[in-house]
Amino acid sequence: MAVSDSVTTANRGQTRERAAEFILKRHRMRAAEALPWLVAIAAFFIVPDRMTFGSQVLVMVMFALSLDLILGYAGIVTLGHAAFFGIGAYTVGLAAARLQWSEPISGLFAAAIAAGIVGFLTGWLLLRYRGLTLLMLTLATAIMLQETGNLRSDISGGYDGLPGLTFKPLLGIFDYDLYGHTYYLYALATLAVVFYFVRRIVYSPFGQALTGIRENVRRMHAIGSPVHWRLVTVYTIAAAIAGIAGALFTQTNAYVTLTVFDFDNSAKVMVMLILGGTGRLYGAFVGAAVYMVLEDYFSKLSPAFWQFGIGLLLVLVVLFARRGVLGLFESFGEYLAERKK
Amino acid sequence: MPQVANIAVSILFDGLAYAMFLFITSVGLSVTMGLMGFVNLAHGAFAMAGGYIVVTLTRTLGIDFIPSLVIASLVVGAVSVLFERGLYRQLYKATDLEQVLLTIGLAFMAIATFTYFYGPIPKSVPLPTWLEGDVNLGFRNFPTYRAFLIVLGTVLIAVLWYAFERTNIGAKIRAAVDNRRMAESVGINVDRLFTLTFALGSGLAALGGGLAIQLLGLSPSFAVLYLVLFLIVVAVGGLGSLKGTLLAALVIGVFDTAGKYLLADAGGFFVYAVTVAVLLVKPAGFYGRE
Repeated sequence: MAVSDSVTTANRGQTRERAAEFILKRHRMRAAEALPWLVAIAAFFIVPDRMTFGSQVLVMVMFALSLDLILGYAGIVTLGHAAFFGIGAYTVGLAAARLQWSEPISGLFAAAIAAGIVGFLTGWLLLRYRGLTLLMLTLATAIMLQETGNLRSDISGGYDGLPGLTFKPLLGIFDYDLYGHTYYLYALATLAVVFYFVRRIVYSPFGQALTGIRENVRRMHAIGSPVHWRLVTVYTIAAAIAGIAGALFTQTNAYVTLTVFDFDNSAKVMVMLILGGTGRLYGAFVGAAVYMVLEDYFSKLSPAFWQFGIGLLLVLVVLFARRGVLGLFESFGEYLAERKK
Repeated sequence: MPQVANIAVSILFDGLAYAMFLFITSVGLSVTMGLMGFVNLAHGAFAMAGGYIVVTLTRTLGIDFIPSLVIASLVVGAVSVLFERGLYRQLYKATDLEQVLLTIGLAFMAIATFTYFYGPIPKSVPLPTWLEGDVNLGFRNFPTYRAFLIVLGTVLIAVLWYAFERTNIGAKIRAAVDNRRMAESVGINVDRLFTLTFALGSGLAALGGGLAIQLLGLSPSFAVLYLVLFLIVVAVGGLGSLKGTLLAALVIGVFDTAGKYLLADAGGFFVYAVTVAVLLVKPAGFYGRE
């Protein structure tokens, strides 16, 4: 032991430098990270008539990204993430329909704050539980919000929803167009801002603490990390981002119904994230895009066939590709690197 | 009879019948989750499969309702063993999330398959004449089918209670739920025990699915729609506890029925509010191990 101790002391400065270098290297933007953004911009020019669908993809990417923060990084398994998406969607929808508050960008902030508050309160209450209990509690939260909306259908419009919402031109200049060009760029810009924020969080010491909680809660408790508050904080942030995604959803569709709170919506976003790969930021991009494009194509062919396909895909991912599509690419890259050696 | 008492009796009676359905369908889920900690979201799919087998047996093959229920339970119980041996087995040590994903994938596949063969429109079954109409219990009439559910449920509870508390296998199951490692080290084959309870639980779920056709209607979405209720019963009752599952089924059944009678618009709200209230106070459910 004594020998290894002295070695450690001698190399301490060097080790620190290497650790700092390692963290910086992970944090640094890589060239490949520009790829999804280039694809998104290219899509704008290649398929300009599918921009409404494109906006939906961007909305789901943001929703999946928010889930990645809590599921992929902090390891919180929830079946009710649609609750926050729904709160955001209804904040904007109700503000436009009942209060004539139809300025889009301030709507996003309002949605983030509303969803964040609910996220904070439910997170503070629920995140002390684990396993099946947490699954049921998060699920119940989303359904209770849905039922509350149904109960006050005079305000929420019930399951018929709030149709035909109109929003003011963006920044007072750019108006809504038939093909959704404006809203596609608006959603892309919002996603870029949110993504930058999430990326900063993930690579910060706070983000490292979250990964620690995911990997070993007991050890994090033992080293004195305020586990509960860390989880509540990230849950609140993820809720606010999901709220923004929901608000964008309402704004691009110009309608919203209570189905946004559905269990299906919570399950769908989880499937997207798993498909892309959890805990790796870009999993949300790959998963949501692949899922939405496949769904768009196959559900037109046959809805039953699509549902079977997505079920089979889930089973195969769990059995053979637990790290998602990006994980597959990584394994392939490692395999190639091995062969080179 | 005064109006208020009349409604109260109706709520209790319908709630009890509903609770019996919930208990029969959920009890297998509770025991298998208690044994292996396996989150099985495909449990509702087994119930749905049982329901559709009963539909085919009665409608196409002309077999009576009661024998059809028995056949459906046996078939689903046997088929479930294949799933357990082939797929579930590989994920016992996996995380909650992976189990959730695998089993929800299976549920989706089941829904799609049954939609393809039976269509999305709800099905019904021809009941034997002795289950139709009303039965007079002295002070008022009750629907015969619901009375039958209550009687059947009570008999099953008695049988299960005896099997669980008084037989050798029941003692082994209880031991394995309490402490799996210890049970294994005193020579109990927990793997085989699990396969057995899994088959039994899936068979009972199929029975519940068959019974549900008349009570709730049967369409492919049954697999996910009622799954949430089964999970709630399991979570509120406490994993692996027969007593807890029964108590939870009664509470959820009666509250859900009361909600639908008294406040039709907010029917679902009651159940979830009760669930959250119970779980916040007792996270492991009524009789779960903390």
